[in-house]
Amino acid sequence: MSHDHSGSSSPSFREKYVFSLDHKVIGLQYLITSFIFLLVGFGLMMLMRWQLAFPGSPIPFFGRLFSAELAPNGVMSGEFYNALGAMHGTIMVFLGVVPLAVGAYGNYLLPLQIGAPDMAFPRMNMMSYWLYLPGGVLMLLSFLMPGGAAQSGWTSYPPLSIINPGQTVWLLSMVILITSSLLGSINFLVTTINMRAPGMSLWRMPVFCWAQLVTAVLLLLAFPPLEAASILQLMDRVFHTSFYMPKDLVLLGQTYSGSGGGQPLLWQHLFWFLAHPEVYVLVLPPMGIVSEIIANNTRKPLHGYKTMVYSMIAIGVMSFMVWAHHMFISGMSPALSNFFLVTTMIISVPSVALMTCLVFSLKGGSIRFNVPMLFALAFIPLFAIGGLTGLPLGLTVTDIYLHDTYYVIGHFHFVVVSGSIIALMGGTYYWFPKWYGRKMNDRLGLIHFWGSVACMVGIFSPMLIMGLAGTSRRLYDPTAQLHNLSTQGLNVVSTYFAYGLALFQLPFIYNFFNSMFRGEKTPENPWQATTLEWACPSPPPHGNFPSTPTVHRGPYEYSTPGRVCDFWPQSEPPSEDL
Amino acid sequence: MDNYGWAMPVAASSFAKSIDLGIWIIHAAMLAIFVLWGIFFVYLLVKYRARPGVLAQREEAHSRSSELTSLIPDLAVVAFEIGLIVFYALPVWSKVKMSVPDVANPLQLEIVAEQFGWSVHYPGPDGALGPRKAELVHFSNPIGLDHNDPASHDDVVMGNELRLPLGRTAVMKLYSKDVIHSLFIPEFRLKQDAVPGLEIPVWVEPTRLGKYEITCAQLCGFAHGLMRGDVFVQTQEDFDAWYQSRLATTPAPDKPTNPSEDF
Amino acid sequence: MTTIAIEQPPTAGAISNAKLGVWLFLASEIMLFATLFTSYIVLRLGSTSWPWGWDALNVPLATLNTVILITSSITIVMAYAKAYDKDKPGFQSWMSLTILLSLGFLVVKAFEYSHEFKLGIGPHTSVFYAIYFTMTGLHVIHVLGGILVNAGLLYMSSRSKHWEHPLFLGRVEGAGLYWHFVDIVWIFLFPSLYLL
Ligand code: HEA
Ligand code: HEA
Ligand code: CUA
Ligand SMILES: [Cu+2]
Repeated sequence: MSHDHSGSSSPSFREKYVFSLDHKVIGLQYLITSFIFLLVGFGLMMLMRWQLAFPGSPIPFFGRLFSAELAPNGVMSGEFYNALGAMHGTIMVFLGVVPLAVGAYGNYLLPLQIGAPDMAFPRMNMMSYWLYLPGGVLMLLSFLMPGGAAQSGWTSYPPLSIINPGQTVWLLSMVILITSSLLGSINFLVTTINMRAPGMSLWRMPVFCWAQLVTAVLLLLAFPPLEAASILQLMDRVFHTSFYMPKDLVLLGQTYSGSGGGQPLLWQHLFWFLAHPEVYVLVLPPMGIVSEIIANNTRKPLHGYKTMVYSMIAIGVMSFMVWAHHMFISGMSPALSNFFLVTTMIISVPSVALMTCLVFSLKGGSIRFNVPMLFALAFIPLFAIGGLTGLPLGLTVTDIYLHDTYYVIGHFHFVVVSGSIIALMGGTYYWFPKWYGRKMNDRLGLIHFWGSVACMVGIFSPMLIMGLAGTSRRLYDPTAQLHNLSTQGLNVVSTYFAYGLALFQLPFIYNFFNSMFRGEKTPENPWQATTLEWACPSPPPHGNFPSTPTVHRGPYEYSTPGRVCDFWPQSEPPSEDL
Repeated sequence: MDNYGWAMPVAASSFAKSIDLGIWIIHAAMLAIFVLWGIFFVYLLVKYRARPGVLAQREEAHSRSSELTSLIPDLAVVAFEIGLIVFYALPVWSKVKMSVPDVANPLQLEIVAEQFGWSVHYPGPDGALGPRKAELVHFSNPIGLDHNDPASHDDVVMGNELRLPLGRTAVMKLYSKDVIHSLFIPEFRLKQDAVPGLEIPVWVEPTRLGKYEITCAQLCGFAHGLMRGDVFVQTQEDFDAWYQSRLATTPAPDKPTNPSEDF
Repeated sequence: MTTIAIEQPPTAGAISNAKLGVWLFLASEIMLFATLFTSYIVLRLGSTSWPWGWDALNVPLATLNTVILITSSITIVMAYAKAYDKDKPGFQSWMSLTILLSLGFLVVKAFEYSHEFKLGIGPHTSVFYAIYFTMTGLHVIHVLGGILVNAGLLYMSSRSKHWEHPLFLGRVEGAGLYWHFVDIVWIFLFPSLYLL
């Protein structure tokens, strides 16, 4: 096949693993990098959790490592807490989950599942990784720079973000990351539209591919506005413009010297116009993963494949119309809120449809409870909790009270941690045999699963209660406010579960690296799956398929009546009946 | 302290009750949905677990009916949501946020936020708030009140202390001098961002005597977590008495020619 | 950041990878500038006073620039036409002309900027100038990008290995699409900053 872009027949180590053009290598690069960023983001959070549970008491072991102004004799300072919070959010969203869900899983699996030899633009693919990595490293380095890391939350509301230190580096690396993901999304779209194997009509694509397709559109259209907004904020910081700075500011006694005339709320609109679609970017690919695993382990087709696809498209479209539900009490016109109240309620409908399809898919199945399936099943009720808690937030009136409380934190961590992260972990167990031709250890997998699920519920349920009790988020010392004292105990519980969660990641990390080399060897199609990625050797060679596959049927031909074998691969010629 | 527990604090304003009602209704519904779904979910898991010899039976793939059955739960959710929107969210929202009730002589206040505190500006008996000028802002005059103006002669400015007469509607205009803050009084279920450059009116009618808490709900800097104040809901008499005592003790601050020279 | 790398012909779809890629890239670019224009409108509506382009900026120079850019759009079409019927010298001359015109645009813009800076006017002066410098500056960056791409194609055309390449024409077309976009952005910028 015409696939000689890596030039020489025997590529050097550099070409093969560092500056590789192979979507699979790039995918794994993304995988490891984003895993590490996840761990970093988690690490920052564990420091914060200590401060939240035991405000004012020195951080054990690590406290002394930090400079005096970050943590005077080991006790976390307000600046440091805010920096950790902002970086936790940024790292987890932009450097952790999205690169993992899209950069890693999408990159590796999309071409395989549609039967393509590679991405449409391998060089662009490589470029997007080599923008992502420096962007992320720059983000981390900002901790070491004078002034430290950004301290204005991942939402970076001006004017605070204009006067706080660290923000400039944050903006720069955001611009780099945005560029990287734009390259990626263009690549994904062209690949899915143009490079599908013969017979792979859109309606024969696995749900996972659809999820990636919708996600790519969201990234393509939602990121540029944030890029523009970030450029404006950069101008405000570097060239002293006043896009977001109104007249007559008095900052800590000093009257602000800028021209004024800007609008702080402008940023919020632009930011959320990205950030709401972004949250669906965080969850659609994981939903795709869950669908794949469920279809495979119920040994039957998904219930309502088309409904699921249409729901995803609906979610994609609607997600551009709900952004201001983050701004109900931001001071924007209250009349506007009514509009966004309605759109927000509407967008929950396709989500419910998706969840329903997943649940109904179990009906009539012959369910195999293997490790990936457990993760996929856990996703359903846990995401449901997160999703349902979105409703009182979407309801203008109740949001008056719940806005910016820990209820919000609880809401989105249920969707994003016990939803997205759980699904992504399941995906690792499911596709590990594809990546390395070996399978991960089941016993360790079970420990990892039950431990993680229990801890996640233990971390985030207390947050919902604290939210109802009115505890605000982003408080570096909750006990400084009387009305938080009654729930401070829950903070301690949450913290211990967070440390527990960290412990339960150890078996996973060990399992991951150990199985890479010593894991039990697996056949080409260990899960008896139907989708195309299993129709080529594991790990697939450069160029993937020995010969371009032809697709004869839909993605989930399991237990087809009249067939002895309970699965019917997409690429298998219809003729002979096993 | 007994105002607080593991759920919403005591309800101390006229609209707090209706907000709580909504929170309880929707959580009851969420619980119902989740439990029903959960039971069904577990039932499916048990009933259709893999057993030797038993093959998966698939429903007719992609048949219209099977597509549509997955929409039934939606209808329930949609109906419920429409109900909430029409009969709850829209009316209550317009009452709480979109309008200020026109009652006879409401208490007109200004609340000016800054890093990291709240200044409450009372009009005094004349009911008129003195004008504020950015160039007059000074640590002795945090809101830049123009003391030459007759309207400000009986004004009082309090730091991090909000006193309200029981049962009297107070209309507060929110301002911020520097960054975005958010006025949050849990017992009143009152929350509103204070945005520099904007004047945002909020109102509340205290319905319960007691000492409550002002907090700041919007990240505003390193001491955001420490930005708090007290709310006292008193009888009109106590309020007036307190006000007179304040007036007596508040000296007219010296106006610096150039505020920034002190820094 | 252009999409001129193609590794294998598409196995499906009517429109080539490169062309599709460019279109998608332009879609994101449109979102970028649409956001800036929206911000412009919002800020302008929200501001108490807004200078009139004629008083604040140099309209004649900008008009000249508009003419230059529109001409360059025509010349690049000519270049494409020449590449289409494999007329190498024709292509090269038209492409060089395009590049010269875009350089001309930059020179004029440089005059404009330097004049404003001499008067002590900068992005900090007012929200109007902030918008003006940001949007025109961003546009200038796009022009630079276009020049790089076009220069690259000009160079490639001198190498027969590229000139003969079946996808060369597609790349020229992509560059043309991008250049038209840069042109259109200016056609929106000119009236909204200078005239209205
Ligand atoms: C993956 C990420 C993700 C997802 C999917 C969602 C989904 C939703 N979110 Fe959330 N949200 C965030 C991430 C996410 N959110 C983040 C990160 C923030 C905070 C940002 C910040 O301020 O820092 C946020 C904040 C946020 C707010 C602002 C709160 C505030 O600041 O005041 C609102 C308000 O409307 C909201 C609403 C919703 C709604 C209505 C949904 C709906 O789409 C949910 C629809 C889903 C359901 C309704 C579940 C239905 C399922 C069932 C019923 C089946 C049940 C099955 C079983 C039990 C087996 N979200
Ligand atoms: C995708 C997004 C994401 C994720 C995954 C998480 C994960 C977690 N988050 Fe966070 N969080 C945010 C997004 C996210 N968060 C955002 C946007 C904010 C708001 C910030 C702001 O206020 O501006 C926030 C804020 C936030 C707060 C509130 C801080 C405050 O308001 O003051 C808290 C408090 O406890 C918290 C806790 C946690 C915890 C305990 C986890 C844990 O669940 C962490 C779990 C992580 C893992 C389980 C990953 C483990 C790693 C691996 C599995 C990889 C293994 C490695 C190899 C194999 C090599 N988060
Ligand atoms: Cu003021 Cu937070
Ligand atoms: Cu949202």
